[in-house]
Amino acid sequence: MHELVRTIKYEADRVPGFGEEIKSVPGCENLQSCIQCGTCSGMCPLSIYMDYTPRQIIELVRSDFKNEVLKSYTIWLCASCYVCTVECPREVHITDIMYELKQRAIHEGYYPKRFPIPVLAREFFRTVFKYGRVTENFLATTMMLKSNWKGVFSSWKLGLKLISTGRFPFKKEEIKRKDELQKILSTVDKLSIDMLGGISHLGNGTKKSNNNHNNHH
Amino acid sequence: MKYCYYPGCSVKGTGRAYEESLLAVLNALGIEYEELEDWNCCGATAYMAMDEIKSCVLAARNIALAEKAGYTEIMAPCSACYLVLNKSLRYMESSKPVAETVNKALATANLKISKKIKVRHPLDIILNDYGLDRLKKAVKRPLKEFKVAPYYGCQIIRPYSTFDDQYNPTSMDKILTALGATVVEFPLKTRCCGSSLTGTLPEPGLLCAYIILREALRRGANVISTGCSLCQFNLDGYHDKIEKKWEPVRIPTLYFTQLIGLALGIDEQTLGIHRCIVPLSATIGQPVNA
Amino acid sequence: MKKEQVRIGFYVCHCGHNIASVVDCKAVAEYVAKLPGVVVSRDYKYMCSDPGQELIINDIKEHKLNRIVVASCSPLLHEHTFRTATEKGGLNPFLCQMVNIREHNSWVHTDREAATLKAKELARAAVHRVMFHRELETKKVPITPAVMVVGGGIAGIHAALTLANAGKKVYLVEREPTIGGHMAKFDKTFPTLDCAACILTPKMSEVASHPNITLWTYSEVVKVEGFVGNYKITVKHKPRYIIEDLCVGCGECINKCVYKDPRFPDEFNEGLGKRKPIYLPFPQATPQVVLIDPEVCLKLKTGKCKQTCLEGCQDRKAIDFNQKERFSEVQVGAVIIATGFKTFDAKRIPQYGYGKYPNVFTALEVERMVNASGPTNGHVVLRDGREPKSIGIIHCVGSRDKKTNKYCSRVCCMYSLKLAHLLKEHTNAEVYNFYIDMRTPGKAYEEFYDKLLNEGVHFIRGRVGEVTDWAYAPGEEGKLVIRVEDTLAGFVRRIPVDMVVLATGLEPQPDAADVQRMFNMSCGSEGFFLERHPKLAPVNTFTDGIFLAGCCQGPKDIPDTVAQAGAAAAEALVLIDKGFIEQEPNTAFVREEDCSGCKSCISLCPYSAITFNETKKKAEINEALCKGCGTCVASCPSGSIVQRLFEDEEIFSEIEGLLVDSANGKNFAGQSSGEKRAEVMAK
Repeated sequence: MHELVRTIKYEADRVPGFGEEIKSVPGCENLQSCIQCGTCSGMCPLSIYMDYTPRQIIELVRSDFKNEVLKSYTIWLCASCYVCTVECPREVHITDIMYELKQRAIHEGYYPKRFPIPVLAREFFRTVFKYGRVTENFLATTMMLKSNWKGVFSSWKLGLKLISTGRFPFKKEEIKRKDELQKILSTVDKLSIDMLGGISHLGNGTKKSNNNHNNHH
Repeated sequence: MKYCYYPGCSVKGTGRAYEESLLAVLNALGIEYEELEDWNCCGATAYMAMDEIKSCVLAARNIALAEKAGYTEIMAPCSACYLVLNKSLRYMESSKPVAETVNKALATANLKISKKIKVRHPLDIILNDYGLDRLKKAVKRPLKEFKVAPYYGCQIIRPYSTFDDQYNPTSMDKILTALGATVVEFPLKTRCCGSSLTGTLPEPGLLCAYIILREALRRGANVISTGCSLCQFNLDGYHDKIEKKWEPVRIPTLYFTQLIGLALGIDEQTLGIHRCIVPLSATIGQPVNA
Repeated sequence: MKKEQVRIGFYVCHCGHNIASVVDCKAVAEYVAKLPGVVVSRDYKYMCSDPGQELIINDIKEHKLNRIVVASCSPLLHEHTFRTATEKGGLNPFLCQMVNIREHNSWVHTDREAATLKAKELARAAVHRVMFHRELETKKVPITPAVMVVGGGIAGIHAALTLANAGKKVYLVEREPTIGGHMAKFDKTFPTLDCAACILTPKMSEVASHPNITLWTYSEVVKVEGFVGNYKITVKHKPRYIIEDLCVGCGECINKCVYKDPRFPDEFNEGLGKRKPIYLPFPQATPQVVLIDPEVCLKLKTGKCKQTCLEGCQDRKAIDFNQKERFSEVQVGAVIIATGFKTFDAKRIPQYGYGKYPNVFTALEVERMVNASGPTNGHVVLRDGREPKSIGIIHCVGSRDKKTNKYCSRVCCMYSLKLAHLLKEHTNAEVYNFYIDMRTPGKAYEEFYDKLLNEGVHFIRGRVGEVTDWAYAPGEEGKLVIRVEDTLAGFVRRIPVDMVVLATGLEPQPDAADVQRMFNMSCGSEGFFLERHPKLAPVNTFTDGIFLAGCCQGPKDIPDTVAQAGAAAAEALVLIDKGFIEQEPNTAFVREEDCSGCKSCISLCPYSAITFNETKKKAEINEALCKGCGTCVASCPSGSIVQRLFEDEEIFSEIEGLLVDSANGKNFAGQSSGEKRAEVMAK
């Protein structure tokens, strides 16, 4: 028997100010000019897998439906190919908006615990901070172990092929002046520029949105 | 003019063949370069997903190091690095607070960005700086039997198209034609290959790669040429999974620098041709340059 | 300069909230009341209204005022109003001076204190100036009772007929070899589905036979001199190589042409059909005269040809290979610009594949195909002759897009619906319309949309990003695939079609900037000619005597074009029937005693109004020609040329009025304004 689902959005479901927050990021100002034409979704190669298409995401962000947006699959599916940004007749920088949404979702934890993409992003972040460079196979392996360890089994063939063609480096890539880089990155945190209208940079460099009510997981 | 060579993390790893072939070609053509000393990761798309200011700063450190070493032009073969470095420069240009923050952060390491530095892709450098005429003269072994589908990917073309048309780029086409190869009509030149999704969310990622491979075969190509290490990996490494899900679409994917190298007569071992998971011999047959 | 006591009446307008919300009008009035010479100082809510004007009229009589200053909006709006009120009160209208404290003050500032101070200072400057105003008379300049209409599309035709029927002489100048414009190319017009040619051709032939209309086709305006009421326009007539008066359009020459088959792309059929070097643009061309294309005619290009066309025209001998371009010069009183539009070049959007994929057409190409007298006799076919089984019509090509044109071209939704209807009629194809918004605002337009909905046309709300030829699903092989988000249904769709029709938008003509310069008009940011006021003066330009009609002013459909053409004709009639225009008395004159005869002013005058009197050895200005531009005034080394309304005393007084220290009422020389005035009056 088909289970009935009641879908209606009340004003209380909105998180006022969320749209403004995203709009205040340099590069994302055109958000308001969107005419909902659907070119972005039509051109996006991944839109067929998204629960909300890019066009819908823009509308939801404009209307302050923060939870729906940050919980969506869409922001993780964006491969940043920039077709939407280039084709948009109103020059809305959709890809940059997707990045902003990814950042907020990562910090506020709007995704299942072992979801591979934010895990990859976090691992990448940590590795660069520690070593200055990433070594792909280590990164990929760590990501798989932390998100879907069964994936290691399905990728062993690929791993072997990479080893046999010499594309699986066993040496960790790192820079010489690691402390210099770490100092530079940490300084950014201390220089908390409030140009993002309410966003503060926390010590570990992740973004915390000002509007924290309705912060569901 | 000596270019500052910024390799990026992937050409040291899965994209080894890109660096091997690129450096071999640069040496053969007499283009001067030097690897940036102590370069750090650019952050690619993953860092942007955490914090764009830090991503900007990461990229800026490399640019500042290049400035300190006296370079005016950086060559970034990896598409993601090319995009991130350019994006950071534009981000700093368009927003004063960003530029100030970045420079303040760099100042802790006695670095700064004060001059205009250009970040360029090898396609741009070979086509515009070296020139097609000189390239044609340098060709020793025309790639007559090669029917190439030129695949540019996203990030060297979008969103900043400094050296080519955004919808129908032709820089790689021109280079390949100069090498004597036949360039097939390929409408999916700039369609996304799936990026990192092939590893994290296989189904959508693999579909992107499958569509490109399939269309290349349908257009009569026997090799795909690309300029990005992640694109090469996606188009090269998942044929088993693609065959299982849909159908076999075996066509080798080479870096355009490998094709240039073959045309210049450089041997296959140096160019890293053996590093392709789908071997060149799958469609071309005999080894090209033993 | 009069030595009588000046009695100034000062009025500051609130303009509702427009001025009063930023400027403290009461304070300004109180301040000005204290200035010397000011007898009456009032503030009022709407000075331009009847009661407001009554204030001026009554005060003049009651308080024996002899100068008026009104601080309100821009003189462009109400200078005439207040001058008229001054006149009704019994004073010479030029004793009134306006101060702009709206566009120059309250509309651009937010700081109340600073704005009020600025208003006070501007008012004070005007009070000082107006003391030196003189009584002046307007000049009446006669208007040549003839009108030139530039452009022979439906707008030009309708305007010309209206004026001609009112008994006025009209010169209709059209660049193409025939009148009719874009409308002549249409098949049926929305929303009534009238045949375009059927409703247009009667008007075209009326133009050709009207005794009051001189029809010049294949002609262009090349020079415009003069001013409102007295334009002298030079028209270039391009050579047709046919003597127009002798040709009757029988077409024998075309039959006899050495080219047995037509070979060259036919402009009228958007390149889909072919014509010969000697051709008639289309069967109902007006005038019915053939012409020869010098680019492809063998005789004109190479000099070597059997010239068999001459055999076809033996009795009338209308062909003249030696014809050269001619020029005509006419005098007209007013000009109506009706130069129309050009369609957006679809090649600018490579994503849609126009020019790359053979079966991508523009709307105008399809319009010609659908037309029974078109290149395919009304059969809608693909480039290889097959009939399409599925057609996709893409809206908003080159419109509503920051990368091409930001504006909406207004007619494309309607004509796309019309084409959908016609395509369904002519083929049995599935027709898909891909739109962003369905814009059908006019009379009977929504009903037309409803009609289309009921005809089984598929409407998909989603802007098409690209047209591709790579297939994914079965059934897409060999077709053009449109991948679009069906935003209303909520999913992405791939739709294979045989034919794609691009609803291209309307753009200004490519030489709009040249026409604009010639006629001294302005263009808007998109390139269409600028009207004086978008709501209240849509057919006037900022240059008196030049009017606009049709799509050259902005994209519009045929009903609006015809309405605008009638309006422009009416405006031109106003000018001509009045018979004269009153010119602002801001002309210059030479103070003979000061003129040194250096002649530097004579060559500078753009209107050739200054001559040198050999006997007196002095410069003389012909006031009838003078337009008051001020060039000679500024250039005269001895300062002997004076411009009325802008005399030196008036200007310097205004400047001094501005510079007086508003805190203690003293000027930079330490004199209070009263002391300064006394000094001036004593001269």
